[in-house]
Amino acid sequence: MFGFVLRRLAVAIPTLLLLIVFSFVLMSLAPGGPFTGERALPPAVLANLEAQYGLNEPLWRQIWNYVWNIVVHFDFGPSFVYPDRSVNELIAAGFPVTLTYGALSFVAAVVLGVSLGVVAAIWHNSWLDYLAVGISIGAQVLPNFVMAPLLVLVFTLWYRLLPGGGWSFNDPSFWIMPVIALSTSYMASIARITRSSMLEVLGSNHIRTARAKGMPEHRVILRHALKPAMLPVISYLGPVFVSMITGSVVIDIYFSTGGIGKAFVDSALNRDYAVMMGVTILIGALTILFNLLVDVLYAWIDPKIRY
Amino acid sequence: MALLDITGLSVGFQTHDGIVRAVQDVNLSLDQGETLGIVGESGSGKSQLSFAIMGLLARNGRASGSVRFDGQEILNAPPKVINRIRAEQIAMIFQDPMTSLNPYMRVSDQMAEVLVLHKGLSKRDAVAEAVRMLDAVRIPDAKGRVRLYPHEFSGGMRQRVMIAMALLCRPRLLIADEPTTALDVTVQAQIMQLLADLRRDFGMAMILITHDLGVVAGSCERVAVMYGGRIRETGPVRPIFADPAHPYTQGLLDAIPRVDQLDEELRAIPGQPPNMSRPPSGCAFEPRCPYRRAECAAIDPPLEGFAPGRARACLAGLDELRERRMRAEPRPDLVAAGEGAAETDLPATDLPEGAVAGAGAAGSTPSPQEETRP
Repeated sequence: MFGFVLRRLAVAIPTLLLLIVFSFVLMSLAPGGPFTGERALPPAVLANLEAQYGLNEPLWRQIWNYVWNIVVHFDFGPSFVYPDRSVNELIAAGFPVTLTYGALSFVAAVVLGVSLGVVAAIWHNSWLDYLAVGISIGAQVLPNFVMAPLLVLVFTLWYRLLPGGGWSFNDPSFWIMPVIALSTSYMASIARITRSSMLEVLGSNHIRTARAKGMPEHRVILRHALKPAMLPVISYLGPVFVSMITGSVVIDIYFSTGGIGKAFVDSALNRDYAVMMGVTILIGALTILFNLLVDVLYAWIDPKIRY
Repeated sequence: MALLDITGLSVGFQTHDGIVRAVQDVNLSLDQGETLGIVGESGSGKSQLSFAIMGLLARNGRASGSVRFDGQEILNAPPKVINRIRAEQIAMIFQDPMTSLNPYMRVSDQMAEVLVLHKGLSKRDAVAEAVRMLDAVRIPDAKGRVRLYPHEFSGGMRQRVMIAMALLCRPRLLIADEPTTALDVTVQAQIMQLLADLRRDFGMAMILITHDLGVVAGSCERVAVMYGGRIRETGPVRPIFADPAHPYTQGLLDAIPRVDQLDEELRAIPGQPPNMSRPPSGCAFEPRCPYRRAECAAIDPPLEGFAPGRARACLAGLDELRERRMRAEPRPDLVAAGEGAAETDLPATDLPEGAVAGAGAAGSTPSPQEETRP
């Protein structure tokens, strides 16, 4: 297992390198650049600027320099648009915010989704089941960009309970609406996956054996059914966490939380190459990390999986 | 008093296709230490009968009637009551040992939890007891293997684990639902021998559910033959094998392939088992029965005693069944001499040729001539 994790981490390095090369090439293929504005700059000024950021060098050289700076100095370069700020600083400012409400949303989606799914499966075809299915379908049809303005409308404009935007690490009232908006639809998907997987497990032979042992039903479910029922949920959770981080764009825009999603979108619009690359690498690394975590969890649950 | 007393037990499943009547009006009783075989083909209701006794029916299943264990009603009993019966008094082993053991738990944990739950043992004592029981079912190196997962055992070893797990609380009744079906023939014989030994050592009663008449012949005292959710014939094993009193029993016995069978074709019972969501109005076996008569389509005959300990549910005369078999069958001593079961003096008949198979199937069963007749 330990060797497996090491191998997977070793593979992660070429994967990230490939990601960097692809993104870099795609970025430079796109027409325009960080310094093309509505008013064209004088050619001499443009040449100076490009020279300052190394954009006049051949592409392979730019990529080499970029990777070299990351590996040796852990320096993702200066922002092209905000010359006084480095990419490291921008990410350091935005990522903790995104991570905070992202992790909270993740936990909320998993805990609520799994509970809802389990309840629905245990009381299959009862009113509880229909209620849980109803809630999850309702939550599914409300994506975050619909949830967000609805929440602001209700809790900020009508009831004046919660701040309509902004962020504070000290005041949880700023966290509530971003977390609800971000987690609801994922919670619904997790509930549906849990429900169907739990139903399947509850009908399986080894559950019948567990019941034949004279165990109370709640112990049958907790000891024998929950772990296998979680397998499909876990394989879904890796991508979920990553898309919560990337999906935070909408949250950052609606709630002005100042997270990394906003920086990502702005960098794409402004052709801020360095910020774009920085966030891309961050998300790529998170994706690799979470897929690894999923694989480790899988092996922990299912003894037949040995790496 | 009988250990287990089943009266008027019926099981129905609510489906989109209507109610499937898997078991209808079954009456059975079992004494301490007795072994009963329940025989029938797939879909005859034999497994659902055993699940109903244990309260293990699928969610859409409903059981009615009465099941008394040691005088106590356990059918549809509240969970608290039935959970004290399960594993402690009645244990069950299932057909497919791979899927019936929890693939995600170590054997030690699966076995120990039974003792922790019912006997209040500590985890350590429970595992020690589990090892002793694995020794008793002759698993080599039980102490080392108890920590393994089910997939690390072979099929036969898994079934041994299953048996060991069932016997942990020394139950008074063991229900074995097709315990050897998923295993190959040599392993089957070992498992049946093991069950027989354990049954004797522990003084357990056993209900053996199977479609394999050979298994029943080797290990049961009494047998009940099920078809279409009802018991069609019941009685002590030997007379039934020697002198089947129901056309379905006769067909089953004929269907057993024999080593000395010279014609290659297997003798199947023609036709299909009934669809139990739309059971036939009369006898469920009527469409496939070589003895059928007009009234069979309307009347489902009740199980009636006709000899000491024997009962059958059929309108055809006993003489008719016997006569046809005797005509189709050369003398068993000639068969043993190898003169061929294929030589029949009976021309075209609805009954599959060479009905002699019945006598030979039991192996050790004496010839029909020696059996008591009413």
